[in-house]
Amino acid sequence: MELFILQLFNGLSISSILLLVALGLAITFGLMKVINMAHGELIMIGAYATYLTQNLFLDYMPASMFNWYFVLAIPVSFAIAFAIGLVLEMGLIRFLYGRPLDSLLATWGVGLVLQQLARTIFGAPNVAVKSPAWLDGGMQIFGGTLLPYKRLFIIALVIACLVAMYVYIYRSLEGRRMRAVMQNREMAACLGVSTRRVDAMTFAIGSGIAGIAGCALTLLGPIGPSLGTYYIVDAFMVVVLGGVGKLVGTVLGATGIGMFNTLFEYWTNASLGKVLVFVCIVAFLQWKPSGLVAMRTRSLD
Amino acid sequence: MQLTRITGNRLWILGAYLVAAAALFSAPLVFSDFRLNLLAKFLAFAIVALGLDLIWGYTGILSLGHGIFFGLGAYAMAMYLKLEASGGKLPDFMGWSGLKELPLFWMPFENFGAAVALGILIPALLALGLGYFTFRNRIRGVYFTILTQALVIITTTLLVGQQAFTGGTNGVTGYSTLLGYSLASPETKRVLYWVTVAVLIGIFILCRYLTGSRFGKVLRAIRDGENRVRFIGYNPAVYQMVIFTVSAAIAGIAGMLFVLHVGIISPSMLGIVPSIEMVLWVAIGGRGTLIGAALGAILMNWAKSEFSTAYPEGWLFFMGAMFVIAVVFLPKGVAGLFQWRGKDRKKWLPAWARGSGGKLRTGEKEGSVPQG
Repeated sequence: MELFILQLFNGLSISSILLLVALGLAITFGLMKVINMAHGELIMIGAYATYLTQNLFLDYMPASMFNWYFVLAIPVSFAIAFAIGLVLEMGLIRFLYGRPLDSLLATWGVGLVLQQLARTIFGAPNVAVKSPAWLDGGMQIFGGTLLPYKRLFIIALVIACLVAMYVYIYRSLEGRRMRAVMQNREMAACLGVSTRRVDAMTFAIGSGIAGIAGCALTLLGPIGPSLGTYYIVDAFMVVVLGGVGKLVGTVLGATGIGMFNTLFEYWTNASLGKVLVFVCIVAFLQWKPSGLVAMRTRSLD
Repeated sequence: MQLTRITGNRLWILGAYLVAAAALFSAPLVFSDFRLNLLAKFLAFAIVALGLDLIWGYTGILSLGHGIFFGLGAYAMAMYLKLEASGGKLPDFMGWSGLKELPLFWMPFENFGAAVALGILIPALLALGLGYFTFRNRIRGVYFTILTQALVIITTTLLVGQQAFTGGTNGVTGYSTLLGYSLASPETKRVLYWVTVAVLIGIFILCRYLTGSRFGKVLRAIRDGENRVRFIGYNPAVYQMVIFTVSAAIAGIAGMLFVLHVGIISPSMLGIVPSIEMVLWVAIGGRGTLIGAALGAILMNWAKSEFSTAYPEGWLFFMGAMFVIAVVFLPKGVAGLFQWRGKDRKKWLPAWARGSGGKLRTGEKEGSVPQG
């Protein structure tokens, strides 16, 4: 029983990280059909933004305040990644709409440049971010099983992001415009929606969420210039498995991959576990080629 | 190609090809052994680029998994060379990992012919399998690309993880001879270079034949409008599977040659980054033209070997910039600069504004706005 709960928690924890990384992709890839391979680097930028916030607190704030730097780091990483996403959209992505594979290559190039930039500025070795004291330790349940606060915090952060995104996309005026443009660009433009503005905003928000993901990843270990590459392919698999266009698909995809990954790795070993998950995804796509939750559409392509 | 249609222009091109082939064959007269070895490596890369161009440039399928097909071919050859170098004993890394006898799946690689055959067959079958389970379900475009990338991740994890059978992160290295000839001697290297040139030319002609044939026409039709091809009565899935398999086999052949020239294969040579670099060669050289793809591979690798050791940081910036430039400004690569025609001028517009007139769109969305 104890083992079961621990594995369940591990699975949930991996799922939450995957989901946080994939949420931004679900917007840029799912809604805009742009393959943003620089997404991993935006995560990396969020992580370094957290690192910088920490250093600023160490240098300029009284030591008693240090524990609260993380609360500020979350909006800071969002803002920085948001700004870089905005620049990226206006400078490059704008010219690549409707050519997803080309956007993949171009953003991969951007990712290389950003990685190298990080290496030049912060140095190639990993840097450690000290997590605040209130996230150390864990919660004891059922005689001995320890659930670390950090993991619980990430799960809570994911839920908060999900709710915020849901409200933004489905309950706000901006979000309605966003959905309108993604469903039928020409018609939305005819009705007076500024598609350029919406594109830029959508992409920037997706990037901003990547920044938050990066901020959360600093809790799990040291960060380095190639932080994002570890997560990017898994995140894409989440979006492919979940289906594009709906948030609930991304949630289910992340939970599925996270849970199965934990399960298989427990049964076999880390490398075989990954292979089994991949085989399962391909097998699943045989049954539902467009993912778990697909948008119903009549258009052919 | 019908003989009667050979015009003066075509003869001129044919002549240029012959000169290029002659130059390649006589390169050992000019280059030092070191340069020749480098060139041989680049030619092996050019072979992969040809295969990649078949599926990407001509069929519109982007595979980020060619590093794996290349690597499987390379591993097949490496296993043969390793067994020959070990001379009947167990390869050294197996001993370190505590294996007592040769694993069963290593047995066929004791034979050179079998190793070569497997070096082509294994990548081809893997590609056929992946293609069967994806193209048949109309999983294509971006989704297919992401699946190929996932294939790369799991294959490298597996190669690194199963150290006792694959040599782990170090890969397979430490060869001495090929069929009894020492790999280190300049004579063997020269012969291997000529073999590589011959294989490159052979595969170039094969690709040329494939793309010029009726089969090639269907491939290009699939690239430009898969559903229209389906409505005419073709089954695009079969064509996609066949060309993906052929392309993977070509990558396998290139991998085998690569190992012979370089003398080592390890998981880092077939991971995500090398796989996507292969795509860059084709993008820079010019997708949709065979000679462009081959030249792109040679030039990019030459530039890399010249600059990356001197300015390792600058090189990555340069490579990143090349990705962006190739996609935004040179959709047809360098080769495209030489075939600038009036109807291509619209390529500067974003794709959705171009309507259905735009050519060579690798995406799947058909523009729905008529030209204004």
